[in-house]
Amino acid sequence: MSYTSEKLIDDRQNGVFRVHRSLMTSPEVYMDEQRRIFDHCWLYVGHESEIEKPGDYVRRTVAGRPLIFLRDSGGEVRVFYNTCTHRGATLCREDSGNTRVFQCFYHAWSFDNTGRLLVTPGAEGYSSGFRKADYNLRGPARVDGYRGLYFVNFDRDAPDLVDYLGAATEYLDLVFDQACDGMRVVDGSHLYSVGSNWKLMVENSMDGYHAPTVHATYIDFVKDSGGGQRGNALNTGGGLDLGNGHAVMESLAAWARPIAYWEPFFGDDARADIEAILDDLIARHGEERARRMAGTFRNLLIFPNLIINDVAAITIRRIEPLAADRHRLEAWALAPKEEVSGSARLQRRLDSFLTFLGPGGFASPDDVEALESCQEGFRADEPEWSDISRGMSTAPNPQDEIQIRTFWRAYVSMLDTGKFAERVTSLEAPATAAMEAAS
Amino acid sequence: MTTQLSLRSAAELRLSVEDFLYHEAALLDAWQLDAWVELFIADARYEVPSTDRPHGGPADALMLISDTRSMISARVKRLNSRKAHREFPWSRTRRLITNVRVRCVSEAGGEELEVKANFAIYRSRRQLNVYVGEYTYRLVVSGDTFKIRFRRAELDQETLNDHGTLSIVL
Ligand code: FES
Ligand SMILES: [Fe+2]
Repeated sequence: MSYTSEKLIDDRQNGVFRVHRSLMTSPEVYMDEQRRIFDHCWLYVGHESEIEKPGDYVRRTVAGRPLIFLRDSGGEVRVFYNTCTHRGATLCREDSGNTRVFQCFYHAWSFDNTGRLLVTPGAEGYSSGFRKADYNLRGPARVDGYRGLYFVNFDRDAPDLVDYLGAATEYLDLVFDQACDGMRVVDGSHLYSVGSNWKLMVENSMDGYHAPTVHATYIDFVKDSGGGQRGNALNTGGGLDLGNGHAVMESLAAWARPIAYWEPFFGDDARADIEAILDDLIARHGEERARRMAGTFRNLLIFPNLIINDVAAITIRRIEPLAADRHRLEAWALAPKEEVSGSARLQRRLDSFLTFLGPGGFASPDDVEALESCQEGFRADEPEWSDISRGMSTAPNPQDEIQIRTFWRAYVSMLDTGKFAERVTSLEAPATAAMEAAS
Repeated sequence: MTTQLSLRSAAELRLSVEDFLYHEAALLDAWQLDAWVELFIADARYEVPSTDRPHGGPADALMLISDTRSMISARVKRLNSRKAHREFPWSRTRRLITNVRVRCVSEAGGEELEVKANFAIYRSRRQLNVYVGEYTYRLVVSGDTFKIRFRRAELDQETLNDHGTLSIVL
């Protein structure tokens, strides 16, 4: 089967773009994407600040594989499969901690944090054919980081991470350069789930079209707290194809940002401090770049399943598919290291984060509801297609959908060819645009 | 009820606190949120820590909920709207509150009660989910009943993977 010709309609002459809904419901499609996408793409595992000191580790499950993400005693970041090389028991049974040695609870084999097998109790029972070196811990073929974000790749022949990220690095830099001294993940994670296909969450995480409706109560809350002063902000900016399936939607900040856009939600006391943050940003990055960093929203997709939303606060959101109709979310708050625990700046950031984001926020639960209701609707079997054609022939607008089309083009292309679709850098449907201009 | 808290018997205190908690639970189960929000004093807080940091606090950890009194009101306004889609129509909830323990503490502003209680909150909407955990309250005396100064719900669940989200008041 060709996904490109059977499951996607991408008619750039006429500005028609449709996605076949079986991509969200079929267990066979789910298996195909696990093998052809998740086994070959760089997948986010964690941020270096989560394993700051030698010996620190956290457990993660990425593309279904149990992993230990750690910093070894020499300071190097490593990722191992969390399974004992002896007979498979879960080696590390705590979600996070610090250790030099991992001892398996089943037969007490122990490994150092570079993965080397140290001790096999009753060693005299093993024959000469048993070589300890064969039983060191295994891990994903590739591990690499960019700005402290660590990714794994199960494909030894994958391109290097920085080449894979490509133009998306510019947007990651806009996020990470907000800190003077690096970013850190704040303690505590949002661990929740959605009864829908994971790709609906990818779409939703950079869908500007739904904000006025799904988030009507959030927008009311912003107004009630004296915010939303740039009334037209959500109609500024637009989406972009960044290549390799990565995409971004950028608009003027529509409400308060800890770095650095004051609105009354933060309180009058905070005003001078937020201006000081902006001044510092300008000193470090120049007027234009600083104002862009401080005053715009960015919803960034790193293909296939990492979302970085730099909005009311910065969230790292990892999407873990579980089945055709179910996925899990892990979300963290990213903060500049200089916003230390207990500081007013961190407090503002976390307060702002929680207004919108997370399973208990004023907005994210309604996204989950929307996605689950779509999945429910797909059971009708018809209509067979979903429409994602907004803005194919008009100038960029954040309520358009080029960023979502970017994901889908990369998705079918990876499924069919193992390669990414060509990057779209101009109007997708110039023919229609020309026709409209003439009429 | 006007007797000083520290002069009242433990049994009497616990009974009155239980009555208060049951009253609050009934308001929440009946979605009488406007009446519920009146149980809080002006600088009250309501918080739910993240499931992987059940003892975390809002000054240094990412919480699930960290509401000031004005955020509690905003939450209520939202939940009363037909546009809080995750709770429209409202889910049905049933709260079981047990193991109530009451301790009298003196604060700068006078005496108050620190209350611990266990909860199991059943939420039914399309499926049944149970939120299980422990409450911590700080209650102040108000006439012949109490008002809430602080209210925290720590979940036992390690994740919200079974629940999806946390759209009700715990
Ligand atoms: S399975 Fe780990 S020591 Fe046997
Ligand atoms: Fe949304």
